[in-house]
Amino acid sequence: MNHLLNIIRKEVKELLTPATFVPIIVMALIFGSMGNMIGGATEETKKPPSIGVINEDRGQFSSIVNETVYSMAKVVYNSTSENIEEGVNAVKEKGGTALIIIPSNFSINIANNQSGEIEIYWIMKGAGIMDSISSGVVESILHELNTKISEELIEKGNINATFALSPTTRNETTIFKGKEMNGISPGTISAILSSQSTAVPIIIMIIIMMAGGMVISSMGMEKENKTLETLLTLPVKRSSIVAGKIAGSAIVGLLMAVIYMIGFRYYLSSFEVSGNINLADYGLTLNVWDYVLVGISLFLALTAALSMCMVLGTFAKNYKSAQTLTVPVSILALIPMFLIMFKDFSTLPLSLKVVLFAIPFSHPMMAVRALLFGDYMLVISGIAYAAVFSFAMIAIAVWIFKTDKLLTGTTIHLFRKER
Amino acid sequence: MPAVEVHNLVRDYGKVRAVNNISFSVDDGEIFGLIGPNGAGKTTVLRIISTLLRITSGEVRVFGHNVAKEADKVRKLISYLPEDAGAYKNLTGIEYLYFIARFFGEGKEIEDIVERGVKIANLGKRMDDKVENYSKGMTRRLLVARALMIEPKLAILDEPTSGLDVINAQEIRKIVQNTVKNGTTVLLSSHNMLEVEFLCRRIALMDKGKVVEEGTPSELKTRYNAANIEDVFVEVIK
Ligand SMILES: Nc1ncnc2c1ncn2[C@@H]1O[C@H](COP(=O)(O)OP(=O)(O)OP(=O)(O)O)[C@@H](O)[C@H]1O
Ligand SMILES: [Mg+2]
Repeated sequence: MNHLLNIIRKEVKELLTPATFVPIIVMALIFGSMGNMIGGATEETKKPPSIGVINEDRGQFSSIVNETVYSMAKVVYNSTSENIEEGVNAVKEKGGTALIIIPSNFSINIANNQSGEIEIYWIMKGAGIMDSISSGVVESILHELNTKISEELIEKGNINATFALSPTTRNETTIFKGKEMNGISPGTISAILSSQSTAVPIIIMIIIMMAGGMVISSMGMEKENKTLETLLTLPVKRSSIVAGKIAGSAIVGLLMAVIYMIGFRYYLSSFEVSGNINLADYGLTLNVWDYVLVGISLFLALTAALSMCMVLGTFAKNYKSAQTLTVPVSILALIPMFLIMFKDFSTLPLSLKVVLFAIPFSHPMMAVRALLFGDYMLVISGIAYAAVFSFAMIAIAVWIFKTDKLLTGTTIHLFRKER
Repeated sequence: MPAVEVHNLVRDYGKVRAVNNISFSVDDGEIFGLIGPNGAGKTTVLRIISTLLRITSGEVRVFGHNVAKEADKVRKLISYLPEDAGAYKNLTGIEYLYFIARFFGEGKEIEDIVERGVKIANLGKRMDDKVENYSKGMTRRLLVARALMIEPKLAILDEPTSGLDVINAQEIRKIVQNTVKNGTTVLLSSHNMLEVEFLCRRIALMDKGKVVEEGTPSELKTRYNAANIEDVFVEVIK
């Protein structure tokens, strides 16, 4: 244990230099200013969204509703009697986005200068940026409906301007991962979720890239100076050398991540949603155990990353070649970051699901959102996977340290058959 | 018990046979020199004895412990100085000595070890400088100090004085001689024949992976009717 501490202390001293920090601080500044440039623009798709319609209204405005809806959307469920459950299920089954309900008093109310209420059940599939595009299109249909009815009212000489411009109101309910949330739209939910679910993956990616780079550089430096040869002849367990390097790099990597995050605060603030909507009001909160799970998931992802880098680092011949070896790790950290920003795990095609699950860094990135919606299966299986992954990598690293492959041109000897 | 016993040692790197079936032994308390042209296999032999490289066939024992099977025990007895090695660049000289000393002792022992190291390195105030700023000779002194300060049972020194000026080299030789007086056995390689002749009780001359001559300096000189070891070397290798 003393030996382990000794190695950790040496690693930290060796890695913690001004030269390593300057680029990090510069990057942090760049990220900070980038925050201002990022807008919340989402693309509109050309494809009309699939929706369901329950129209109980027989009045004069009913036909406007039908015309508008049919011209702008693909109607996958249509009924004139109110059976919301049946409607929601049918739309869900057909992969639709929303169920629009026009109550029987819709036209009468409008004719009497009273707001016509449109009831909407949103079927939200995911909280990624791409997931919310179709709900954006439905939003524009509702807006169009309102405009058409306005035009009709104005044409007919309705002089109550305030009412004529906005003759409809909405009562919306969002159904997401089995939870029904009244009075909130998918756009709002994904905006709130994305403030965390964008921040979390980016921070995790940075930690992994920082700490991973540390391990690999440390190995490159050891080889360049032949200090590794000395270290390996010392009476110290090979597992202590591996563990010491991993822990030392984790400490330095976390420190750098903290610096990053300070610059990052500005970047993150651009994702924050104004308004006082509190997710807790909709039952979307994490309890203590959830936080523990997130912590474990994060810890294991870091261990997985570092042990993987340790194995990669054994291929480093010197400090320079170590730098190029960090590329695969960075890519592996970027893939889940982007996937998770744009799509939810559940809305991804199977092949990408497999990719996302297989990258151990994905799991803490997905953990918060999964736990908000009670998806313990994903989080726990992710933790188990990352643990197995780390263990396997550490075992490989220790094995490499026990052989002489570190000193005799690993690349050739690892892949060539032993004689 | 001999300090080192090498029996029919073979080591291949892929298709290259770097060490070809050699045997020799180093007595407890002596300074034993390995000489030979570049690529003869000296470093390979020293790395095998230091538990760094695996053996293709044959057997090597250090104070009776098999290096392949009891590497942990061997590592407690030895100290290896690689050829043209460096130290951790961002540590200071003194920090480096402490780093190594902590593997070999506790509390007061650590202080004693480092004190010896500081004396051997003899770098004065530069001891508090980062290793990064040392000259080649200064680094070498630090590394020799690192290797000898722990008073190992066996010191394996690969070209200990390479890159050093005459004065520094001479000082290192004196230090090596002194350590032997304190009970350390030394196995070294060198390209400096004067050094070998002056320091070593016995010499083995390697060429193309084989030990081609072995004996005390005076035995070798009479055997080849040569004035010095350099002439012996030339005579044997040509
Ligand atoms: N990692 C390696 N991979 C392949 N061949 C190697 C490796 N290390 C050494 N060799 C080969 O083994 C042979 C012996 O090398 P070694 O370094 O032991 O020689 P040496 O006697 O120490 O030489 P020098 O006096 O130049 O230090 C050489 O032919 C060398 O090319
Ligand atoms: Mg050599």
